Amino acid sequence: MDFGPYLFLATLEGLVQAAVLCLTALGLSLVFGVMRVVNVAHGEFYMLGAVLAWWITGWFINHPAVGFLLALVLGPALVGVIAWICERFILRRIEYDPEATIVATIGILYILQQSALLTFGPDARPVDTPFYFRVEFPWFGYSGYKLLVIAAAACLLSVAWFVITRTRIGLIMRATQFDRETAQTFGISVNKVYALVFAAGAAFAAVAAVLIVPIQQAHYLMGGDPLLLSFIVVIIGGLGSLRGTLVAALLIGLSDGIISVFFSPTLAKMVSTLLVALVLVFRPQGLFGVRNRL
Amino acid sequence: MKKDSSSSFKQTRTNLSRRKTLKTIGAIAGAGAATQVSPLIFPHAYASAEPIKIGAQFHRTGIGASYGRWYERTANAAVKLINDEGGINGRPVELVVEDDGTDPKRGAEVVEKFATQHKVDVAYGTLFSHVVIGSSPRAGELKLPYVVVSEGHHVASGNLNRYVFQPGITDVRSQVISMAPWVSQNLGKKVTMIFPDFAFGHDHRDYFSEAIANQGGEVLEKIAIPPTETSFTRYFPRIPRDTEVLYHVMVGPGVLTFVKEMGQHFGSKRPEIFGFIDSLEAVDLSTPQLEFLEGTYFWEGNPRYAQSNQSEHDKFYRAAVGVDDNGASLADPKDVSTYAHMFGCWESLLIIKQAMEASDYSGPKDKAAFIEAMESLSSFDEGRNHPQGSKVFNPQIHQSFGHQYISKVEGGRMNVVHKTSIEDGMYEPSGDYTKMPL
Amino acid sequence: MNTDSMSKSIGLHAAVILVLFLLQFVLPEYHHLSVTRIMLLAVFAMGFNLLFGYSGLLSLGHAMFFASGMYGAGLAAYHLSWSVPVSFFFGIGCGFLLSLVLGAIALRTTGVAFMIVTLMFSQVAYLVIVYFTTYTRGDEGLVMPEAARSFGFLGREFLLTDPMTRYNLALILLALSMLIVILLVRGRFGRSLVAIRENESRTRMLGFNTYAIKLKALTASGTISASAGAAYALMFAYIGSSFATIQYSIDPLLYTLLGGAGTVLGPVLGTFLMFYLIDIASEYTTAYLLVAGIILVLLVLFFPRGLLGTLKEKWIRWLP
Repeated sequence: MDFGPYLFLATLEGLVQAAVLCLTALGLSLVFGVMRVVNVAHGEFYMLGAVLAWWITGWFINHPAVGFLLALVLGPALVGVIAWICERFILRRIEYDPEATIVATIGILYILQQSALLTFGPDARPVDTPFYFRVEFPWFGYSGYKLLVIAAAACLLSVAWFVITRTRIGLIMRATQFDRETAQTFGISVNKVYALVFAAGAAFAAVAAVLIVPIQQAHYLMGGDPLLLSFIVVIIGGLGSLRGTLVAALLIGLSDGIISVFFSPTLAKMVSTLLVALVLVFRPQGLFGVRNRL
Repeated sequence: MKKDSSSSFKQTRTNLSRRKTLKTIGAIAGAGAATQVSPLIFPHAYASAEPIKIGAQFHRTGIGASYGRWYERTANAAVKLINDEGGINGRPVELVVEDDGTDPKRGAEVVEKFATQHKVDVAYGTLFSHVVIGSSPRAGELKLPYVVVSEGHHVASGNLNRYVFQPGITDVRSQVISMAPWVSQNLGKKVTMIFPDFAFGHDHRDYFSEAIANQGGEVLEKIAIPPTETSFTRYFPRIPRDTEVLYHVMVGPGVLTFVKEMGQHFGSKRPEIFGFIDSLEAVDLSTPQLEFLEGTYFWEGNPRYAQSNQSEHDKFYRAAVGVDDNGASLADPKDVSTYAHMFGCWESLLIIKQAMEASDYSGPKDKAAFIEAMESLSSFDEGRNHPQGSKVFNPQIHQSFGHQYISKVEGGRMNVVHKTSIEDGMYEPSGDYTKMPL
Repeated sequence: MNTDSMSKSIGLHAAVILVLFLLQFVLPEYHHLSVTRIMLLAVFAMGFNLLFGYSGLLSLGHAMFFASGMYGAGLAAYHLSWSVPVSFFFGIGCGFLLSLVLGAIALRTTGVAFMIVTLMFSQVAYLVIVYFTTYTRGDEGLVMPEAARSFGFLGREFLLTDPMTRYNLALILLALSMLIVILLVRGRFGRSLVAIRENESRTRMLGFNTYAIKLKALTASGTISASAGAAYALMFAYIGSSFATIQYSIDPLLYTLLGGAGTVLGPVLGTFLMFYLIDIASEYTTAYLLVAGIILVLLVLFFPRGLLGTLKEKWIRWLP
């Protein structure tokens, strides 16, 4: 392939990857931003979303679009409930102690992963795209669904931005994030906010998974990558900044895509990972984060 | 997995209960007497019914779990066959399964556990090469025979030790070079390779490049995919335009994405595509978006779909393991087996039996005799014990060499179009385990 | 810290080492082999805890320090045929250099940014091992050559194939690491670390060069972790890239938190606990990770600061 089209394809792939990163990171951005706890099990909520999507779309083999829409509603709802149970009976009881939370969520990770292995099995399973559409460029063909993922990421990001900055719930969340004690004295039930945020964060991860799984596949070990990548995106973007999450996802996705044109694949991965890490070294508060008042 | 989960709260041990075993042995001994064959063919049947313990190291969890599950099913079927026919030297066989988590560290620990806690007679194992290589020094130092079904080139490379064998499946080097003549004569001489940037991917790269050059072909481009990759489209533009054959081999949970994205990239204008079925083991070919594989070719260690000229041995083996004519579980047609590899578990157990009988193995004190018996094997004939086909065994490098299959995807199934000869896969061996001390 | 608690603490640690020494004569063979492994992993966890437990810096990249020791020692023994002791110290040297250089860069950050930077450096380290598959054999890894299974030292021949030798070498490494960690954390250095953990800006205002103190802690932590990796490679005769994956950065964190961060013995206890939790549960069920998960959750509900951490908080205040 000539250089121009190749670069175009790599950029397109970078954009899709940025969209995927944005989608996966949104939930974590919420949980981490408001509660400031490291939830190691976050990737497993993503995995559950994908597995549920496989299960639900399986009922509607002849109507993939119906199954897909149903999965988009039911999957995240179920995952939200599971997350709520974890919050209510585990995390709240250890009072979100940062260290204990890590151990507890590693425990939850084992439980969810192993339950998936026992029920869903060890095989990678595909989820059909809700529609088939292959975009024909003069030089190569491209999955139409991947372009939809970019649009979906833009939509969800706008919704999240609207909820957080323009609604009462968002205001309460921001207040809790800014200062837990003061929020409490103003009559905000911090427990309720935390439960809501934790469940919503997990549900967001599941939404992302349902949207992404048709271009990947469901597998019981798939939670690891989204966890790490969304952590990276959230921190590089700056805690609690949606704009930061977007820019960081674009930065990582595009640099990964474009650098892959110029180096051999594994070397490209090394270079792009190092570059992104260096961003943080020179801007420890993240791209759009506020430096802590120390 | 659903079926297993009900019984999962107890370690799965495939032994027939002792009473049943004794009954079986009694019945066979009785049958022997009735047909005027001396009951002495089972000299130990009366002295002791202590089972022969085979420690099975399988991937129950981790990324190899798809393979591990079928390895376990195949091994169970082989053990059942052996026990139904009187066990080994009149003793029943008991499989002690431990999970290696598809991790070399745990793999080595499991081998230590086999040797010192379960006190097994032989350890028997697993697919992923890193687990085999990580485990083998411990097996050698604990003097525990370790028979693997991994298809890696590790045993044959001469770098492991005298206690490690791979008699049931051909190694990757041999598989790869045996493909080159047919590929170059039927698909094309200009090849581009896509493989994971892992050691076994490098084995494919190096051995196939050399073999295709010997056929007058060449490898135009070698695309090594980083192991952390989840999306592959960006690498396809590296495929040169004058590529005649695209050679792919991928493993891990990303394989489906890989194959689907390859289809999206090429559409109908594709070169010939030849892949190792490793890319699609345990995956149903009727999966949406895999239609583009129609007309492409795969290496298969053993044909997943029952062929029109299916041998009676394959029929027998298939039924014993519980696999239908499409290579899926009899219980669930969506549950596709790892048919191209798992035959090695069946054959290896029967080879262990053969060597134990040849050495009159009665316990760990006969380990050396057992090793020497393994090393006196030289070939296996196609048959019920070797449904995949006949094999030549090289005792110096502890490795078997067998026939390979090339299949074409036609109408959503794979039909064998070529069966290689054993000679196609022969290479100059290096190293000699038999000179190492026992 | 008064002398009474000092002597109690020294007595306790000496007793632990003594018990481990005596155990080798009574342990059944399998547990004898397992405890050898556990002791090396405990050294790794102790190294991790030196940074995390005392200075509060959470690294998600300690697998690269472990791997630097493992590959430094393993590659030297494999490709250069260096003797076992030389390879071992070379591995430690690699870990020292790597943690010093990367620490100097990564410590520009703190808190969550430090977590992510170490995580990403560690991913790069893993990819480096894979990238140089020609020398490392990547994921498959390398088996140590026969010549590296024994060594002469002070005129005596030591066989690494001998379980007794391995057990006692691992015990010596554990005792030495424990001694180093105790000396570091009991002194002025340790108190300044804790001061940083509790309030870094105040410590800085009091005139401490917190960057230098943290760099020292990170280098010591990385070097101890590397010594565990080097020993692991040479004793069990295998190096492979799986030891550089994120799993091996999470493990010492888990061991440390389980046993109790900020206690010397916590990581040791955590390592024992986690190993046997998996080993024993796997004898009863194939779903042993499910059981392990449930037990982790229960443990954390009752011992939120880890076993020894909670004990220290509630009952045994003199525990170091």
